[in-house]
Amino acid sequence: MQGFLDIFDIYLLEAVVNGILLGGVLALLALGLNLIFGVIDVTWICYAELVMIGMYGMYYLVQFYGLPYWAAAPLTILLVALLGAALHYIVIAPLLTAPPINQLLATGGVLFILQSFATVAFGIDFRNLGIRLPVLALGEMHFSYSRLLSFAAALIGMVSVYFFMTRTYTGTAIRAISQDRQIMSLMGVDTKRIYLVTSALGGALAGLAACLLVLQYDVHPFVGLSFGPITFLICVLGGLGNFVGGFIAAFVFAEIISLGGLFSDLEWGYVLAFAFFIVMMFIRPAGLFARRS
Amino acid sequence: MNARTIAWAVGLAALIALPFVYRDPYHLHILVLILIWSFAYTSWSIMGRFGLVSLGHGGFMGVGAYVTALLWNHLGVSPWIGIPLSMVAAGVLAVIVAYPCFRFRITGHYFVLVTLALSGIVLQVITATRDYTGGSLGYTPNRTKGSQLLALQFDDKTTWYLIALFVWVVGLLIWQWVDRSMSRYAMEAISDDEDAAAAAGVNVTFEKLKITIISALMTALAGALYCQYQMFISPDTVSGIAVSLQMVFAVIVGGVYVSFGPTVGAIITILLAEFLRIWFGTKAVGWDNLVYGVLLVLFIIFLPKGILGSVMDRFKTQPKKKPVAS
Repeated sequence: MQGFLDIFDIYLLEAVVNGILLGGVLALLALGLNLIFGVIDVTWICYAELVMIGMYGMYYLVQFYGLPYWAAAPLTILLVALLGAALHYIVIAPLLTAPPINQLLATGGVLFILQSFATVAFGIDFRNLGIRLPVLALGEMHFSYSRLLSFAAALIGMVSVYFFMTRTYTGTAIRAISQDRQIMSLMGVDTKRIYLVTSALGGALAGLAACLLVLQYDVHPFVGLSFGPITFLICVLGGLGNFVGGFIAAFVFAEIISLGGLFSDLEWGYVLAFAFFIVMMFIRPAGLFARRS
Repeated sequence: MNARTIAWAVGLAALIALPFVYRDPYHLHILVLILIWSFAYTSWSIMGRFGLVSLGHGGFMGVGAYVTALLWNHLGVSPWIGIPLSMVAAGVLAVIVAYPCFRFRITGHYFVLVTLALSGIVLQVITATRDYTGGSLGYTPNRTKGSQLLALQFDDKTTWYLIALFVWVVGLLIWQWVDRSMSRYAMEAISDDEDAAAAAGVNVTFEKLKITIISALMTALAGALYCQYQMFISPDTVSGIAVSLQMVFAVIVGGVYVSFGPTVGAIITILLAEFLRIWFGTKAVGWDNLVYGVLLVLFIIFLPKGILGSVMDRFKTQPKKKPVAS
């Protein structure tokens, strides 16, 4: 948790802009979860832990193998994408016909596995890349380049997913399956392959998020816990499987965390976000859950 | 007086007599832990068996433990009052989170994710209020200078064993009571089809809320007892997602649908953790959870009814199936 958004100045506007920048990465995570939920109808509780593994991947590639950041990032994305596909193949695929709760709990088991694997393999020390990007001074406000870069990369990632989903055959098949699971297999779409591709894509998004988050935060085995819960809240508030809702909710939550952190500790930002979430459930239960079955 | 009642009475008598005959402190310590966690797992399974999978129970447990300890340390409130207060606090928290969920039909994935966030948030609050709670370094209730009974602090393991045994039995009785109540039928109808249950006159929101509050109160009690027994709590051991998942794991390993399932789960998980700790020594950090995680996944895939549940199924169904087969 240390080092997590600890560079807030007292300026409100700066907090607002930083909130938007944080929102980009959160939106990326929400997109990945929504994609998997929308297509495969399962929630990866361990999603944030995939990001954690990706952050370790970046750390080792950059620090131990001396790769430059730009070479390590694609490798990490590939690694986490493979991990996502493996997760689907090993854990989710045998459970596709089981009650949905069982699939969800199985990914909970994977959360345990990944966390403790990281503890055993990498130790519990906080590690960072050692890359310190300069800070952009705009008037009296200061923004770190790592955040701006993250925001830009997250947007690029989301846009390319959008193009993949709308312009390619596989993307079209993915969208079709998320609309009607049964019919698409009758239409000659290989459901198993599409599920694997989607899982890999979800993993790749987690990998991209990892490459960006590792620039700002130290990595340790439990780092997933600091943004995992908030990602789930975003997805539920936006409506699981609802891409646009998740996108908007990510920015709303990021602003709450950012502004909450401005007035008090960062943890209170999370508490505020949770309180906001509960209140929103009372106010707009129907409008927010567009895709609820 | 049928054989079942006699078996219960004999078993209970043997358990009560145990600490007076056998006094190895380490083994008694393990037994107390098993009993307290069994109680916590039982309280989870009371709602978990109806498909209300909550990952927020780590939150309730944390509230139980921390409210009791904070009241004792900062205000000098005896745990005899502090524990009920902490249970009320957990109950209120449960209502605040669960009522909108149930009222607005947030079920399945949504409910799990909301409760998951709840346990994450409780962990954050404990960490954030580190001036009072000690943050992630943990917290120790002050040792009493006066009466041990008033402070609910006992050095004697036997006393704790009897307390934990009593609470465990109460937990099982509550499980049985729910099992035989009308609520069970209502809840089973709800878990099958909420709309149909509502149409048949079941007050869906109320029934779910009732079960949730019972479960939350019991979990808070378990947390408070754990705190009083261990005299040390940290956010990671009594709250957060890991504890919630640990509960789910133990119950699934033991069996959700049988009253002794959570207890079997607690025995297996705690013995497993202890054995790993002895085998690996100080290198054990992480290994127990790694084994937990792998087992959890394997159990969900291959043995979703749990060990006890599957064993009992085998005993139950075999005589029945024979005439059908012919």
